[in-house]
Amino acid sequence: MNRRDFLHAGALAATLPFAAGAAASPDAARAPAPGATAWDGDLRNLGIWDVHAHVGTPGATPAKRMEALVRIADRVGVERICICMSPPWHYEPTPEQFRKSNDDVLAILKEWSARAFGFVYLNPVHAKASLDELERCVADGPMIGIKLWVGTRANRAELDPIVRRAAELKALILQHTWIKQRGKGNLPQESTPMELAELSARHPGVPLVCGHTGGGDWALGIRAIRERPDVRADLGGGDPVYGEVEMAVRELGAHRVLYGSDVNGRSFSSQIGRVLGADISLADKKLILRDNLRTLLLPALQRKGYKA
Amino acid sequence: MERRPFLARAAALAAAPLAFGAGAPAAADFTDTNVTLGDWPVRKSWVRHPSDLVARLRRHGITAAWTASFEGVLHSDLAGANARLAETCSRDGAGVLVPFGTVNPTFPDWADDLRRCHEIHRMSGLRLYPGYHGYTLDDARFARLLEAAARRGLLVQIALTLEDERSQNPALTSPGVTAAPLPPLLAQFPGARVQLLNATSRLLASANPLLARLAGLGVGVELATLEGVAGLENLLAGVPGLRVAFGSHTPYFYFEAALLKLQESALTPDQLQAVRSGHAQQLLASRP
Repeated sequence: MNRRDFLHAGALAATLPFAAGAAASPDAARAPAPGATAWDGDLRNLGIWDVHAHVGTPGATPAKRMEALVRIADRVGVERICICMSPPWHYEPTPEQFRKSNDDVLAILKEWSARAFGFVYLNPVHAKASLDELERCVADGPMIGIKLWVGTRANRAELDPIVRRAAELKALILQHTWIKQRGKGNLPQESTPMELAELSARHPGVPLVCGHTGGGDWALGIRAIRERPDVRADLGGGDPVYGEVEMAVRELGAHRVLYGSDVNGRSFSSQIGRVLGADISLADKKLILRDNLRTLLLPALQRKGYKA
Repeated sequence: MERRPFLARAAALAAAPLAFGAGAPAAADFTDTNVTLGDWPVRKSWVRHPSDLVARLRRHGITAAWTASFEGVLHSDLAGANARLAETCSRDGAGVLVPFGTVNPTFPDWADDLRRCHEIHRMSGLRLYPGYHGYTLDDARFARLLEAAARRGLLVQIALTLEDERSQNPALTSPGVTAAPLPPLLAQFPGARVQLLNATSRLLASANPLLARLAGLGVGVELATLEGVAGLENLLAGVPGLRVAFGSHTPYFYFEAALLKLQESALTPDQLQAVRSGHAQQLLASRP
């Protein structure tokens, strides 16, 4: 399929009701009542922005893989996708490995800049090479964020120059965190939200995204970042267990909570569904599903001259 | 994308009753095979009264919810837990909540719990928690339970997990249950009917030969823990004949997380009908 066909198909899809049962009646398009908590209408009207995605869908090239992902994202109303870390993944990547991964993301951005935002994958253990890669992909390239995974722990001093340069570039940092069985099951260099909070304390004013917010033990993750106002909670990547969204909004405020899917390992559905099903206001759901991320990315987008 | 497949998908989507919100029509059967009453010890449930659960399920078009009780996981008085479950479903279930009792084959006189589920409470099936009840599926006591359930025509649901192992409270851990011993057992008891709940992504990988063997034996699964982009579409394509039913694992999971999976995957009308209710009905009826 070429781009033109795809856009045509997308336009046709845009005429389809996501909420097909309701769409059969004129009520389907009605605006939710003020103070409502439930979303009654077409998901596309939410225009969801996803802070955490990997392009693992099948395809002969990175751009083809992204095409497959976008086709599926369209079904559930995801408009913009922050992508990082093209497979194969390496826990503690060498500079050559993270550069290769970033090359794939750059190739995707050439074709899909209207739908995707790139986050450069770095391993701070390789400090000089990471800073060089940050220049290549963000300062001089099209990416607008940084992804840090399990290469080293988030409280380590090696992250400091990266955070400082990210602040200069207005690049948003997404740091993976997890708390497995109270930390006993974590990988050797896997970060916790507590360690990210330490990093944030050293860099006040720099926005950081707490990937997964500690994962399965999200209640501890939310507590760990509560006192660090620059740290946002990424809801994605874990099971859609009831209570996480409500607690995050209660303890952090809705403005600090972000929807992320962590596709391809997860589905869009389970992660969007947890927000749509949460017992919070519809206004807060909109913040989480779109507006908060857009606000966070706006400085980087404006610096690049991207429309959003 | 070819126009024809796209339009076919569009037609399937348009036919799918996937309304989010109040007033969604409940014109067709829609069975949630994985619902639980009560509180899980380490989580606050949004269900303050069973009517809350019924209201949310109905709002999304669910017409039948196979419902067990969290009491069945940790209580020793399973006869009491099953009686309360049956009473609650009868009193507050509004015709939606369908009780599935729990039996632990390691308990003394478990056969009487089974008898009561069938003869007194008129249940259609059981939900088992081997990971919490201290046995594996190659345990001879499980084989005896499976045989007894088959004689009574009861569907046996096996919860392979309840929580991601990584997120379990250290005071309440349970290993995931492997389904590998099932194929020879099912060959031994041709009348046995089994559905697996909360299967891990490893089991639900379409390339897993065990899953194909289970599908051939009529074993069903449900989609509460099915993940991956367009996961349902990929699973149905990868394991033809697999009985994938709708399951939400609510209220432990957000119900909407499961519902959206029907929308994320491009399904034919027949596939959608099968997931919504057809496979559930087949599981209640008979083995292939």
